[in-house]
Order: sequence, then C-alpha cells, then structure tokens
Amino acid sequence: MWITRDEFKDIAYKGVWKQNTSLVQILGLCPLLAVTTNLVNGVMLSLATLLVMGLSNFAVSTLRHFIPYEIRIPVFILIAAALVTVVDLLMNAYLHGLYLVLGIFIPLIITNCIVLARIEAFAAKNPPLQAASDGAMMGVGMLWTLALIGALREVIGSGTLFSGIDLVIPGALPLHLLPTDYPGLLLAILPPGAFIVLGCIIAAKNWIDARQMTGQLKQATPASAGGSV
Amino acid sequence: MSTPAEKHAFRVSGETALTLVAFIVFFTALLAWAFLFTKPTIEQSARAEKMAVLNQILPVRLYNNDPLADTLTLPPEPELGTTAPATIYRARLSGKPSALVIDVVAPDGYSGNIKMLAAFNATGQVIGVRVIEHKETPGLGDYIDPRKDKNKDQLWINQFNQVPEDLSAQQWHVRKDGGDFDAYAGATVTPRAVVKAIYKAQQFVKTHRQALFAREGTGGRSNAPTEPRLQ
Repeated sequence: MWITRDEFKDIAYKGVWKQNTSLVQILGLCPLLAVTTNLVNGVMLSLATLLVMGLSNFAVSTLRHFIPYEIRIPVFILIAAALVTVVDLLMNAYLHGLYLVLGIFIPLIITNCIVLARIEAFAAKNPPLQAASDGAMMGVGMLWTLALIGALREVIGSGTLFSGIDLVIPGALPLHLLPTDYPGLLLAILPPGAFIVLGCIIAAKNWIDARQMTGQLKQATPASAGGSV
Repeated sequence: MSTPAEKHAFRVSGETALTLVAFIVFFTALLAWAFLFTKPTIEQSARAEKMAVLNQILPVRLYNNDPLADTLTLPPEPELGTTAPATIYRARLSGKPSALVIDVVAPDGYSGNIKMLAAFNATGQVIGVRVIEHKETPGLGDYIDPRKDKNKDQLWINQFNQVPEDLSAQQWHVRKDGGDFDAYAGATVTPRAVVKAIYKAQQFVKTHRQALFAREGTGGRSNAPTEPRLQ
C-alpha cells in the first residue's frame, strides 16, 4: 500500500517530463492559451488544476473498489466535478482577486480532459498514494510548462514579470525587466503568441529528448559512433 | 414469469443505481458543506469588491449612507444601453441626494458591448466612470480600463472626473470628431463609443434625476440618513 521511492520517482518523471500534459499529451490547450498571458495566472491555474488532480485521483483510487465498472465514468465525473466546485468556492472565498482574473477557467478545469484521463488511466487501477502522486506530478508538469509559457509571453509581450502578483501576495510588486517605454508585442499576448511559444517549447523538449536518445545509442554501440571511444 | 437470469439483471441494475445514488448523495453533501462554509466570506468579498469600484468613482466625502443598501432597480433603458434590469446605487449626504451610480453600456465598442459604471452628482453631471467589462483589443483599445492604461499618471478614463457643466453636445465628442475628449491615435472607435454612451446617460440622468433619487428602492432603507458610512 505504501509508496516506494522508486515508484514515486517513476511517477514524477512521467508526470513532469516524459508524459508532460501540455508538451507530450497536448491536453488542456484551452486554458493554456487563455490564461498564460502572464506568469502569475499560468501558475495559479496550474496550482488549482494540480490540487484538483491530486484530490480527485486520491478520491477515485480510495473508492475504486466501490465503483461498479459500468457506471465508472459518471461516478468519476461526479467526483471530479464536486472537487472542482469545492476548489472554485474556496478560491472565490480566499483568493477573490485572482478568482476574478481566472474566472471561468476554474470551473472549466473539469472539462480539461487530463483530469478524467488520469483518473481512468491511473487512479482507477492503482492504490491511493500512487494515484495522488500521479495527479500531483501531472499537475507539476503542467505547472512548469504554463509558468514558462506565461513568463515568456509576459516578458516578450509587456516587458514585465510577476504582474498581478499583488492578487496573491498583497503589496508585492511586479518586476519591470525591460525599459518602461517598451512598446510591448501584442502578438505574444494574443492567442497566436501562445501557440508559437508552446510550439517552440515542444520543439526544445523534443530536441533534448533526441539528444539524449542519440547519446544513449552511442553508448550502447560505441563502434557505430566512428570509434570515437 | 421471470427467469433467474432476468432476476439477476434486475438485482444488478438495482444495485448499480443505488451505488450511483449513494455517490451522488455523498458528493452533494460535500458540495453543500463547501458552499455553506465559504458563503459568508464570498459575500463579504463580493461586497468589498463592489464598494472598491464604487469608491473609485464616488468621492467618499459625497455620502454618509450605505449606497449598496440604497438601491433602485431600473428596467432595461435604451438611453443607458442596458438590455437587462440594472441596479442604481444612491449616495446621500445627511439624507440629501448627492450622487447616483448607474450601469451604462456602450453598445458600439470595437468588439461588442462595453459595460461601465458611471457616477453622476445631484444635478446629473458625470463625476466618474469605470469600465467593468469589455472585449476591446488588448494593447490597443483597452486603455479605457485603468488597469490596462499605460499612462498611469493621467488615466484616460479620469477625463470624466471633471467634465465642465456647460459642455455642448458638439464638445461631447473625441477630439478627432471635433470634441473635447482625448483619444489615442489608432484606436478611436473605443473611446468614441464610451464618450457617446456617457453623454447619453448624462442626458438621461439630468432628465430623470428627481425620479431616480425619489423612488422607493428595493433596499428600502433610503430613509435612514444616519446609516453609518461603509469604508
């Protein structure tokens, strides 16, 4: 029942890198495009999604022996939707400013197919701790990706970083990385900018993976690498 | 006569249905709990948020009642551009009418409606405007929203704070159209829509201000001048 270190490592590697929701599975693009106009929004939506995925995976996994196979999908949706609504209410109450910014995208977490995908593919078949780790780590994968996209779009688009941070930490000020007379690049703020940035990040990830692969191949067959060893 | 197989099927579907019902009851209870738990905080922040917007356009020295309690619901009014019943907040100083805060909608923004909240003083003169909701182009027409306005020292929308009383209909236009209101080059459609809507709203308020202040509101507390001021 307990989770071993290796199991957790494997789950974390898959969630954060190998099966990254945004870069590999390309799921949940709608919130990705809409909220990553700055770093803070991207991070906070990811945190909300992370929380929902961790909780719903844990809940489904705990209850998995009580859920009849035939009606599993409605029950999964019921559980995830209830948890999304709870997170939505809590954010509305305690992070109201941010709630107003993220708006409809909080309730829409339920339509992010990654939530149901992880429940069906992982939580329904694995013990609670593993399932919760899987949900949280998929969330972490989404978190760093959205943070990176948000940061790049914000810096290129408006020359700032951490704008809107005062909604999370009252009194905190955004950084102005570029001169204040920087005119801004509208393209980066509009949805096409998100596609372009996402495309570049996917390309970078594939490049890193490809390099690793060739590195492993060289190690495996040193002779074919031109006898450079 | 039912066969054993049919009986079995009935039993299984009954059990499955019951399981689903049990899940629904449990998670609905969870939702109800979360709703009741967060309700007071949510109401408080919604109120604080409304008050924060009101205070941006309604100088605190103008009133000592609770405008959020002294309200009036106005049916859809073409002069204000509203298509749904709108709430009017009424500010009074020691019982005397001092200002009105009204929903105004500019229907002809660059992309759709621009929803605003505008404050008018006792004579019906505009004293402040804030944009509540709009879909104007980011970085181009969205400077009507103070949060997006790049010129933080002199917000575009604050032009409405001190509009002279005797401004003529012609002067109630953006400069490009021969009026008195500034607009940034390249994005005239948005400010033009805002100025036009506010002008129409001001005409409406000036004509109907007696009725707007006098009518018994839904808040029903308009006769409580000593109501402590909300900060």
